[in-house]
Amino acid sequence: MKITGAQAVVESLRREGVEVIFGYPGGAVIPIYDAMYQAGFRHILTRHEQAAAHAAHGYARSTGKVGVCIATSGPGATNLVTGLATAYMDSVPIVAFTGQVATGLLGRDSFQEADITGITMPITKHNYLVKRVTDLPAIIKEAFYIAGTGRPGPVLIDIPKDVSTNLVDFYYPEQVNLPGYRPVYEGNARQIKAAAALIQEAKKPVIYAGGGVIISGAEEELLRLAETIQAPVATTLMALDAFPGDHPLSLGMLGMHGTAYANFAVTEADLIIAVGARFDDRVTGKVDTFAPNAKILQIDIDPAEIGKNVRADLPIVGDVKRVLAELVPLLPRQEHEAWLEQIAEWKRKYPLTYDQQEDLIAPQMVVETLSELTRGEAIICTEVGQNQMWAAQFYCFKKPRSFITSGGLGTMGFGFPAAVGVQIANPDRLVVDIAGDGSLQMNIQELATVATYKLPVKIILLNNCYLGMVRQWQEIFCEKRYAATELQNPDFCKLAEAYGIKALSVEKPEEIRPKLEEALNYDGPVLVDCRINPEENVMPMVPPNAAIYDMLGVEK
Amino acid sequence: MKKHSHTLAILVMNNPGVMARIAGLYSRRGYNISSLAVGETEDPRISRITLVVEAEDENELEQITKQLYKLIDVIKLSDITKDDAVERELALIKVHCNSTNRSEILQIVDIFRAKIVDVSQEGVIIEATGDSDKIQAILDLLRPFGIREIARTGKVALVRSAAGR
Repeated sequence: MKITGAQAVVESLRREGVEVIFGYPGGAVIPIYDAMYQAGFRHILTRHEQAAAHAAHGYARSTGKVGVCIATSGPGATNLVTGLATAYMDSVPIVAFTGQVATGLLGRDSFQEADITGITMPITKHNYLVKRVTDLPAIIKEAFYIAGTGRPGPVLIDIPKDVSTNLVDFYYPEQVNLPGYRPVYEGNARQIKAAAALIQEAKKPVIYAGGGVIISGAEEELLRLAETIQAPVATTLMALDAFPGDHPLSLGMLGMHGTAYANFAVTEADLIIAVGARFDDRVTGKVDTFAPNAKILQIDIDPAEIGKNVRADLPIVGDVKRVLAELVPLLPRQEHEAWLEQIAEWKRKYPLTYDQQEDLIAPQMVVETLSELTRGEAIICTEVGQNQMWAAQFYCFKKPRSFITSGGLGTMGFGFPAAVGVQIANPDRLVVDIAGDGSLQMNIQELATVATYKLPVKIILLNNCYLGMVRQWQEIFCEKRYAATELQNPDFCKLAEAYGIKALSVEKPEEIRPKLEEALNYDGPVLVDCRINPEENVMPMVPPNAAIYDMLGVEK
Repeated sequence: MKKHSHTLAILVMNNPGVMARIAGLYSRRGYNISSLAVGETEDPRISRITLVVEAEDENELEQITKQLYKLIDVIKLSDITKDDAVERELALIKVHCNSTNRSEILQIVDIFRAKIVDVSQEGVIIEATGDSDKIQAILDLLRPFGIREIARTGKVALVRSAAGR
């Protein structure tokens, strides 16, 4: 039987097991919206296409499934760009559909035409412009396969309007034929054996875990590795939820705003075991001072990450979970008493800390209280900036896929729409967006989405009336010349209430706990406007281009 | 630091946009392409690209090749710089010529086993094939006669069968 291209899209989504699509309609996707409507396909209307991409991101990160979003041609498509770049940098599987002008109008600067495959080439894992409706099902099959396998990433499918309306004999292929795409999952056995030998020689090993641990679902293997060889675990921002924050071997986060003890441990280590981590500049600081005494064992599924920023003495290309599952049984139980004692001493001497002044609200205390009240079991989304770093430092994560933050791209405005996707995917979980006043305003229109779908997302707004992280840099590096960082904000409580959303205001430290309790116990969306100390800084801090052991806010 | 030339032989899916993907990847990661040639292979779904690239060191070259490999349309990639390969470029060279110097030009064409493919009152068009050095040499010899225009292809290369891969 012949169906339209639009119907073929919906049928293909069904075959891929897609439950929900985030999007925003427009002229070029009217046929696809009509097909979704008629098929009763679940669609979540965000109030901006960028939010649809971030919501698909939140959905994907919190479940491990491929997130799906849709936008119309031209401005709809370009509004997805930031969301796609965000997903690309954090290796998040998304399939994005865009409408396009009809094939006969392509390349003529037609109304709402943008070359979105050209624009997104560097920020997608792959993309397609569908020229013939007969190609559509196979392309969708390939797109889901590419997005979700190997090192995941976003894939975009651009569908001209006539391709949506033309008829096709629907056939959904069982398999893909991609001779140029063969991810390597199994680690090389000889390399794994060599790794086991290297690990046994080490006296001061440190495990450096990244987002790859979460993506491959290797938290248990990571825990087993750490406990077997008694090595402390420093995680990247992307992997804070990959290792229990309250485990004695946890060092928390390393790098620019990492813990002093993580940065000291990496610097003193004689072996770094990098697991699904990519030696980002926010982690390494000045790269030739990073782990100067250590051999580097690097496990990653992406061969291009091996030795990209830092030399790898022993690389293993493969899926982190499978490689660790092969590696751990080769290792005898080890003890590193002296090394762990040294680390314990650093933890005693240089703990993460902050000043709680009498009448000013310390944002760290808000996060710490939230962590305590939720027992580390909420799914935390963040915006980008100080709010994100305080969340990373003071929320004690216990479960994987519970920290959804824009790591690589550092996208302001990410957290709130991401929380929409997370809550849709996890209707029974507590979902919290730790927000800043600058970032929140970048996608604040999503209050309408939350209200429409009655999503019980809790927004904990750390409101300092500044673009806090930039202000912090201006304070430290520009002699307090606060160029364009002071914000004249709306009354966030009134704003939330205008959307029919409950709002609470926290103005004194003693209100933190009761107001948070009230918000968390409320059955529905809440915005908690916490008027924090406006000039509070994120510490410790490694200045740009410094070695990570040279931290501001740490007195040696 | 001194840059070294490398010749990469790449087999790609003959999909729309594949050249844009490869060229885009180079410019965006700050690498240079010095020559590029592309054409269909015996299988029309697959094209062969011969790229000559500049790299500072092994590390940089390794990054380039790994990044290229990540493109879904790239099937196979080999660095054939050090292999025993047949390498050819083609140049069309339009040279001024008259009755007095025609025979001298013909002699040069003969020595290089090039061909005259067009003759007129004012000049000739010469077709020369060979490796880069040979093309450079014939250009140097023809220059005194007055070269009016040149069209050159990028390098194409195939590894000899005996070297087998």
